[in-house]
Amino acid sequence: MAAEKNEIKLIGAWNSPFVMRPRIALNLKGVAYEMLQETDGKKSDLLLKSNPVYKKIPVLIHNGKPICESMIIVEYIDETWSSDRASILPSDSYDRAIARFWTAFVDDKIPNTNRKLRTLTKESEETEVEAEKLTAALQSLEEAFQKCSKGKIFFGGDDIGYLDIAFGSHLAWIKAVEKIVEIKFLDKKKIPSLVAWSERFCAHGAVKEVMPEADKLVEFIKARLSASSAK
Amino acid sequence: MEEAKGEEVTLFGFWSSPFVHRVIWALNIKKIKYKYVEEDLCDKSALLLEHNPVYKKVPVLVYNGIAIADSLIIVEFIEETWKENSIMPQDPYEKAVARFWATAAGDGLWQFFITEGKEREEALTSVINNFELLEKELIGKNFFGGDRIGYLDISVGWISYGVPIFEEITEFKIITEQKFPLLHAWMEAFSNSEFVKDTLPPREKLSERYRNVWEAIMQKKN
Repeated sequence: MAAEKNEIKLIGAWNSPFVMRPRIALNLKGVAYEMLQETDGKKSDLLLKSNPVYKKIPVLIHNGKPICESMIIVEYIDETWSSDRASILPSDSYDRAIARFWTAFVDDKIPNTNRKLRTLTKESEETEVEAEKLTAALQSLEEAFQKCSKGKIFFGGDDIGYLDIAFGSHLAWIKAVEKIVEIKFLDKKKIPSLVAWSERFCAHGAVKEVMPEADKLVEFIKARLSASSAK
Repeated sequence: MEEAKGEEVTLFGFWSSPFVHRVIWALNIKKIKYKYVEEDLCDKSALLLEHNPVYKKVPVLVYNGIAIADSLIIVEFIEETWKENSIMPQDPYEKAVARFWATAAGDGLWQFFITEGKEREEALTSVINNFELLEKELIGKNFFGGDRIGYLDISVGWISYGVPIFEEITEFKIITEQKFPLLHAWMEAFSNSEFVKDTLPPREKLSERYRNVWEAIMQKKN
């Protein structure tokens, strides 16, 4: 289905795991888009107009129509460019339900813990408790990987799919947090399948260029924390 | 009645859970026969814990021995597995809008219910802003799904009894016919629809349940 006009814009930020998701999906489909970077600390008028409910990134604007919520956008991309390359969502309805379930789990457990940990240090009182939450979540995902991958290299099988994108997009901040609190979460001894998977994910052609470096994220959060404490 | 040979559908639920109601409505619209198991949330069955070890919550749908959890995920699973009587829009953009509102519509409502003073005011502002946008989704339609009940109606259907109950307990009216004529009309049409009418427990019983929960929360605060 060729559209006469196919204008695709993505409102986002380089350091957001949620923004990474539609970028990976668009890359998988080979679809070109215009990236509109938000400035940290200031929301653009376009963002406020396109996402009046949550005022959050990412927002995909396709031929003027806004779509919000990262995984809803990913599904939209999969359904709109359905003939281009392989499907992002599994074809079997049960596999889809499992991918959605673990995606909800990932977003329930990982981002909030990362947000807390990145403001802490190795010596902070709350670090142990938060670190334990992240470790436990990763352990559950290690088991989930066994079931979902069915012996293949990604959660989605031979290529990255919905759950790979959902979980993999958090890897950059997990690595940043490892440096900040000096705890190894992606530990080969504890979660061998996930560590191997994370290396393959980060090296994937559709992911490489949109995954920020952990060091840059550490720099970013340190600058933000010192700016706010200086006030 | 849609039921292929050898298919067994069981729903683990709790009588007052709006999440469980979503699944019941989806099963009804798809005309799927199922067995219902009422759980005691203070004493969850071994079977429930086995089927949903991660969250240990209802609803859980078990289909031919495999378990699916999370109400909206179950509804999408039902839509994809039983092809007749479709509840999802066909167009990807309309699907995205429906999926968005399925969770966004309720945003702030619980906060409104369980807070007071400034916190409640803020929650209310958020709720009203959302309802104003949601109202626009009903323009020219009887239901969010168009002529018939669809995914979004099912997902936000709990509003049709939940909001009046919240209003009664907090003594504050949010959805009035003047302010939200379309939402107001939708609530009535939805509650009276054949797929919803006999599915809910008596209104007084639901009210009482919500009031008990509210009083317990308010007591903890004060």
